Amino acid sequence: MEEAKTSRINATALRAYIMLAVLGLIWIYFHWATPGNTFLTARNLSNLMTQMSVTGIIAVGMLMVIVSGNIDLSVGSVVGFAGGIAAFLMTTWGFGLPVAIIAAILVGVAVGVFQGALTAYLNIPAFIVTLGGLLAWRGAVKWLLGGNTIPVADETFKAIGNANIPATVGWVLAGIAVLAVIYSAYRRASSVQKYGLGETNYKSELLKAIIPAGAVIAFIAVMNAWQGVPVPVLIMLAVALLGAFLTNSTVFGRYLYAIGGNPDAARLSGINDKRNIVKVYALLGALTGVASLIFTARVGSAAPDAGVLKELDAIAACVIGGASLMGGRGTIFGACLGALIMASLDNGMSLLNVRDFMQDIIKGSILVAAVGLDMVGRRQG
Amino acid sequence: MPLLEMRNIVKEFPGVRALDGVSFTLDAGEFHSLVGENGAGKSTLMKVLSGVYPAGTFAGEILVDDAARHFRGIRDSEKAGIAIIFQELSLVKELTVGENIFLGREPSRFGVINWSDLYNRATKLLQDLNLPIDPRVKAGSLGIGQQQLVEIAKALSQDAKILVLDEPTAALTESEVETLFGILENLRERGVGMIYISHKLDEVFRMSDRITVLRDGKTVATHIAAATNKNDIIAAMVGREVGDIFPVTTHTHGATALSVTGLTTYSADIADKKLVDNVSFAVKKGEVLGIAGLMGAGRSELLMSIFAAWQGKYTRDIEVDGRPVKINSPSDAIDNGIGFVTEDRKRFGLILEQTIVDNMTLAGLKRLSGRIFTNRTKENHAVAGPMKSLRIKANSPMTVAGTLSGGNQQKIVLGKWLLTNPSVLFLDEPTRGIDVGAKQEIYAEINRLAKAGMAIVLVSSELPEVLGLSDRIIVLHEGRVTGEFNREEATPEKVMAAATGNH
Repeated sequence: MEEAKTSRINATALRAYIMLAVLGLIWIYFHWATPGNTFLTARNLSNLMTQMSVTGIIAVGMLMVIVSGNIDLSVGSVVGFAGGIAAFLMTTWGFGLPVAIIAAILVGVAVGVFQGALTAYLNIPAFIVTLGGLLAWRGAVKWLLGGNTIPVADETFKAIGNANIPATVGWVLAGIAVLAVIYSAYRRASSVQKYGLGETNYKSELLKAIIPAGAVIAFIAVMNAWQGVPVPVLIMLAVALLGAFLTNSTVFGRYLYAIGGNPDAARLSGINDKRNIVKVYALLGALTGVASLIFTARVGSAAPDAGVLKELDAIAACVIGGASLMGGRGTIFGACLGALIMASLDNGMSLLNVRDFMQDIIKGSILVAAVGLDMVGRRQG
Repeated sequence: MPLLEMRNIVKEFPGVRALDGVSFTLDAGEFHSLVGENGAGKSTLMKVLSGVYPAGTFAGEILVDDAARHFRGIRDSEKAGIAIIFQELSLVKELTVGENIFLGREPSRFGVINWSDLYNRATKLLQDLNLPIDPRVKAGSLGIGQQQLVEIAKALSQDAKILVLDEPTAALTESEVETLFGILENLRERGVGMIYISHKLDEVFRMSDRITVLRDGKTVATHIAAATNKNDIIAAMVGREVGDIFPVTTHTHGATALSVTGLTTYSADIADKKLVDNVSFAVKKGEVLGIAGLMGAGRSELLMSIFAAWQGKYTRDIEVDGRPVKINSPSDAIDNGIGFVTEDRKRFGLILEQTIVDNMTLAGLKRLSGRIFTNRTKENHAVAGPMKSLRIKANSPMTVAGTLSGGNQQKIVLGKWLLTNPSVLFLDEPTRGIDVGAKQEIYAEINRLAKAGMAIVLVSSELPEVLGLSDRIIVLHEGRVTGEFNREEATPEKVMAAATGNH
């Protein structure tokens, strides 16, 4: 039994461990190299997490699109467009915050449905549809904002990107998360018994829950040691959990892997591939809308160039996290870790005052090297 | 002095000895057939010969014109005058016939192609072979048969002394086969040695000087064609009596489970080309209906159209259990109790990088797991039964499908469809490319399912399989029904005559 499980489960797990180790090395290096050893402080880690939140949220949606065998190059422009509409609604037209939030998300969904439908039903390659989108939605933002930056004064809105939740609330959430981890371990253990698949081993399942529970507690402790969990980070974590749940535990998620893995086989197995592709684009659109709100709130204004190159950050995060652009392979955990690695590089290199052109060269090289090593490993494995 | 000599070739894969001391000789101007069951080692032997498996990865010697050769790749074997026409066509469809013929060897100067030289040479070459093909048309616009002939022209343009043909007639029409054989006769006179791999013994006997039989990676016998006969060759190929494979079973038939009326299917690529033309049939509960026909007769297209999975246009009326039903998508078909074990498991059946359980529950996921949320434990429980009854040899349901043997992969596809609880099951080439043991297990399963009352529609290119399993056989030829036989009246000769349109 054990031997067979090595084939996929452990290959994915091994990958995750390697990535965690790489992340650890990067962190230790930056901590050692930064003057005054500022990298691994609560304040900097809090900053780092906030900086990755926009990319992380988009990467979760992007991962699902990539798993289905597609791609979306337009998300950076949609961040600008949806954020621009939200800002426009609140300032020029004087609508309230809820309207702006709903509008930004709906714009993302509408763009996603439109582009997804063009891909799925008209068979226009996703690359082309969304490359067109990248240009067109960027044009739309410039048109909408007339080339100007619109500042947003609403403090509640800005809080989406800049506030922190109180320490007590953080601990309450941590408590809920730990309970959920333990409950799901219990559920796994007891369902084995329900279907007569062997002895239930409550002890080992609960032991497995220790690491995630410990991670939750450590995370809250670190965040509270500064100013509490930043709101955008909380939103990102919620999105990541939702994404992990969708991909692991829903029929929709399984269909995405099937469609990306072998579209013909999926179709012949009765899966409506077209409808699912539209759905996954709509989902990415919604998350892009959420990300656009955080982005605009953090900056405090909507600008014509908001979100430029965000699509490439998100795709890079997915790919570094082990997703295959051919479809059928990738995990939310990997994508988030990929986003964290990229954000750590950004943050650390800035602390080290590495010139921005050098940062780009290093990030680009690391992206290609990561996938290169993955390919070599795969061939040998 | 033989033109080619292969001595004591041994080729091993992890855990399998694919070739176990095979020796083979070919004389100039000889037509030497290589026959054997799937997996006997024919293709492996040809890959050794062509350098696909480079020197050093196998044991034994290859001599061409009495000189030992060590091919490191296809390029080397081509230089030695060996050309192979593989079963799968290797022409680039978007390039012209002429471009294909000279691909990689374009007449050029300083990297600039001399187009008139290229097309003149291509025209001359095609004329020499009596092929009325314009070298300036795109290869993809030709029929499969003509593409095959272009491949042969390409091989000859490289001055091949040894021509290997792997199942070249599988996709050809009668008249194309005649053209091909005419060309091969011509080549024989020119002194080209030919190795011919085929399952079609009529062709083998018609053309061969010698016949070599391979079985389980060993040379069983090499006969002078004129001094042997089909029965001896078949006996050597299978190494056992044919009758053993198919346990004679009688099925009791119930009410009509599925009836299809006026099924017409059009090509997805060529407008108004009918691939299936007004076919009607019905299958009863507990009945195995065989659909026979040669490649391109429209058998798979027929099943795909019923299942609403055909990419082109189609029309048909369907009744399930006597009530008319509308099937507009594969999921409609599944909801109406139709299961479809598709041909080509790697392309249509499996997601190779996913696990056994993921593959097996895919078609019935909402019932086997949850409507919205999946339940792994429930799924593992669901696949445990079929994994056991189909004897899928894997350590656990979490084994990745792509790592298994063809037989086990085929059983996963079968298991996937059994888990949808079908009342009608389509089987398209259910035993292609799998070993004899797995075949027999699938045959036994088919009989068991029929006995349990399932209606089964079986498409197979292996005539013994159709004859051995079916209660009734419909024969298709160019999209039309050209014969229908009960088990008692069906003989290989009658079915083959109908399949070739000679009825």
